[in-house]
Amino acid sequence: MKNAAKRIYVFLIFVFLYAPIATLIVLSFNASRTRAKWGGFTLKWYEALFHNRDILQALFNTLLIALIASVTATVIGTIACIAIVNMKRRSRTFVMGITNIPMLNADIVTGISLMLLFISFGFRFGMGTILLSHITFCIPYVILSVMPRMSHLNQSVYEAALDLGAGPLYGFFRVVFPELLPGILSGLLMAFTMSLDDFIITHFTKGAGVDTLSTKIYTEVKKGIKPEMYALSALIFITVLVLLLLVNRAPDDNNNRKGSKL
Amino acid sequence: MNKTKKKMLGIPYFAWSAIFIVVPLCMVFYYGLTDAGGAFTLENILSIASPEHSKALWLALLLSLAATVICLLLAYPLAMILNGKKKNQHSFIVLIFILPMWMNFLLRTLAWQTLLEKTGVINSILSFWGLPSLNIINTPYAIILGMVYNFLPFMVLPIYNALSKIDPDVIHAARDLGADSVQVFLRITLPLTLPGIISGITMVFIPALTTFVISNLLGGSKILLIGNVVEQEFTQAANWHLGSGLSIVLMLFILVNMVISAVFDREGEGSVL
Amino acid sequence: MKKTTHFHHTLHTVILFWIVCTLCLVSPLLLTGCGSQGSKEGGEVIVYNWGEYIDPETIDRFEEETGIKVIYDEFETNEIMYPKLEAGAAAYDVICPSDYMIQKMIENDLLAEINFDNIPNSKNIGQQYFEQSRQFDPENKYSVPYCFGTVGILYNKTMVDETVDSWSILWDEKYADNILMQDSVRDAFMVALKLNGFSMNTLDENELAAARDALIAQKPLVQAYVIDQVRDKMIGGEAALGVIYSGEAIYTQRENPDLEYAVPREGTNVWIDSWVIAKNAPNKENAERFIDFMCREDIALMNFEYITYSTPNVAARELIEDEEIRNSKIAFPDLDQYENLETFQYLGADGDALYNALWKEVKSE
Repeated sequence: MKNAAKRIYVFLIFVFLYAPIATLIVLSFNASRTRAKWGGFTLKWYEALFHNRDILQALFNTLLIALIASVTATVIGTIACIAIVNMKRRSRTFVMGITNIPMLNADIVTGISLMLLFISFGFRFGMGTILLSHITFCIPYVILSVMPRMSHLNQSVYEAALDLGAGPLYGFFRVVFPELLPGILSGLLMAFTMSLDDFIITHFTKGAGVDTLSTKIYTEVKKGIKPEMYALSALIFITVLVLLLLVNRAPDDNNNRKGSKL
Repeated sequence: MNKTKKKMLGIPYFAWSAIFIVVPLCMVFYYGLTDAGGAFTLENILSIASPEHSKALWLALLLSLAATVICLLLAYPLAMILNGKKKNQHSFIVLIFILPMWMNFLLRTLAWQTLLEKTGVINSILSFWGLPSLNIINTPYAIILGMVYNFLPFMVLPIYNALSKIDPDVIHAARDLGADSVQVFLRITLPLTLPGIISGITMVFIPALTTFVISNLLGGSKILLIGNVVEQEFTQAANWHLGSGLSIVLMLFILVNMVISAVFDREGEGSVL
Repeated sequence: MKKTTHFHHTLHTVILFWIVCTLCLVSPLLLTGCGSQGSKEGGEVIVYNWGEYIDPETIDRFEEETGIKVIYDEFETNEIMYPKLEAGAAAYDVICPSDYMIQKMIENDLLAEINFDNIPNSKNIGQQYFEQSRQFDPENKYSVPYCFGTVGILYNKTMVDETVDSWSILWDEKYADNILMQDSVRDAFMVALKLNGFSMNTLDENELAAARDALIAQKPLVQAYVIDQVRDKMIGGEAALGVIYSGEAIYTQRENPDLEYAVPREGTNVWIDSWVIAKNAPNKENAERFIDFMCREDIALMNFEYITYSTPNVAARELIEDEEIRNSKIAFPDLDQYENLETFQYLGADGDALYNALWKEVKSE
């Protein structure tokens, strides 16, 4: 009885989470341009998608930016964590406070303030400014994911490795890094996700001709969303879902260990 | 590596944050504390007291608080149930929750319009079965629903993460000592997951407080929230001074939140994943 | 501990990441600092236009025929476009703002005078539209009309059984929760001001207060304040009445034949979106060639059929095959037959602030 209740609960939540996604997928097959009525089943939007240079370019930009920004943010964030964990309590609180700011500030404020910054520095707006902005708001997510693991590190294991003759860098990569890896990976994932979906900040810091999917969709708000966008969303969803299922099937010896706390 | 070298590793980040976080922040403060002519003024900040602004802030607080509480009530049991599953499904579960966030935010919210409208999907299904229709579109309830929808994963994941870190031996020990389920929950599980809860509340409450898209699309643009005001001041009214002033007020909430986090979550254990 | 191979793999991956990241760290800075964009054969032109407001094929044709590369960017509202232009962050050549925004840009010295000798095809544009443009571009020096239209009431014949000829129907309690208003300060106030017989460009505080009160009184009856969603909602039968641009009317009628469009007798807004050239445009000549191309009758026809917004290009209008549309009063209103047609003017920073403050009061209710 209890198990059934649990299953129903989880099922309901998943329906809630995925209902809009299902709607989007259904709309991608709608022959009518408008979402207000069903005009019959069609695959023409999928076909149109692949001929639409602009959307594909925007997709490429989005992925490229998300990838570069999240990876860069992860690197900077992780090494920053090493530094932060070795700071005195006061400085640590101060730095963590600053770190929280982009995460907690309203998007539009971050976007406009970055735009003001770039203008006063005389930067030319384009892909570069978008990347700088994205890295800026991604780093906090990385730091917040890695810090907990960093604090829990057992220094003695590292020191033992050094005692046993390992060089400092080697010791780091063989002892410390694996402990941090889950945190780093989750930080990377969060950063990637936040970068993918961002609109406001990208809007204010982009240059002419550079579009991400988000900015492209928002500019269509006034006149109606192109159904090719629904098709694209459906494709992205199916692709990632398939990848997920595949990865989940692959054997993962780490997590089968009993008592593993990671 | 000695301590100084380790601290130096932070230099890239410190430099980065100085340029890209602190300087823009100073600019916001500059705009917020000056008027169009450049003279110092507190008017922008004090304008929060005007009837429209205070109402907008109050409504936003109410709605985001409601959304946060609902998220918490929904997320905790869910996290507990998911925690009971096998360990090797951990990444799968996490990714299943992140996946909807990879669909564009605007499209997802628009999809809710299609679902909730009078002539929308849900009401079509309900009327088919002869059930009364659901009329929450263009009301504050739809806004809360939109907030819960968009931010639920941010509440589930930190709690789930915190739960998974609890050593089962601690629970076993408590039971051995005679504690029943309720006591175990209240005295062990809840306190140990507190950092996760705080993190979840932060990741839901603050973004919900400043949202404007959700109130436009699902609230019929009839309900003016503080996020709408800031957005309008920056775009339509082109009054960056007022917009910045109001943002400074909002930062107060961020500060409060950071203080609470610091108090309850000393070790910085609350994390999303 | 863990397998050696797994570890070395991770190590190598990490090092690769380092290299990639260093490159990544460097490249954004290179991309930003760099100077001018590469010049190609024939050069380029940077266009900033509303979303979905051009037939993409016309751009392709332009590139083919002239060899000039088009960098095309889109915006969703005039107010979002303006700060980017004013700040000078991104350089644009050709922009397509609306009437009052053009006036604001002229007054803030953001536009370049157009050399009409370079735009011979502008003769295709009806003279009456240039005349109407004088309301915001007094000497017709800065703009070339691209699209125009009226604002009116779109209504569902099956849900509204009376004649629709007045703005007052939007205040009728019979249609509570079935009315859609535009989510735009000037459009909303236009309706309320016209209803009371005032000018939509008034700065008179009493008139504005009356309009504001009317809007507040109307609010309980309004289903939603929307911009583009009017189309989808009306097509779906979600609402009975909606304030809409004439350009959308044709499209919505195609999708749902129960819909009709009417221009109220109190008068309404005639809006014009025109091509302008930025003062600091890097490619002014190419900009003029682009505008000239857009004024060609076959190109204007293509755009009309794609966007369905009325074209001021009379030569293009002659080419429309469907007689019904060619003579449609909705698509091509006779500007003389209506009284009280006004075009939005820029009200100045103070005027804008006043309107915005009142709009906030309405929204806040």
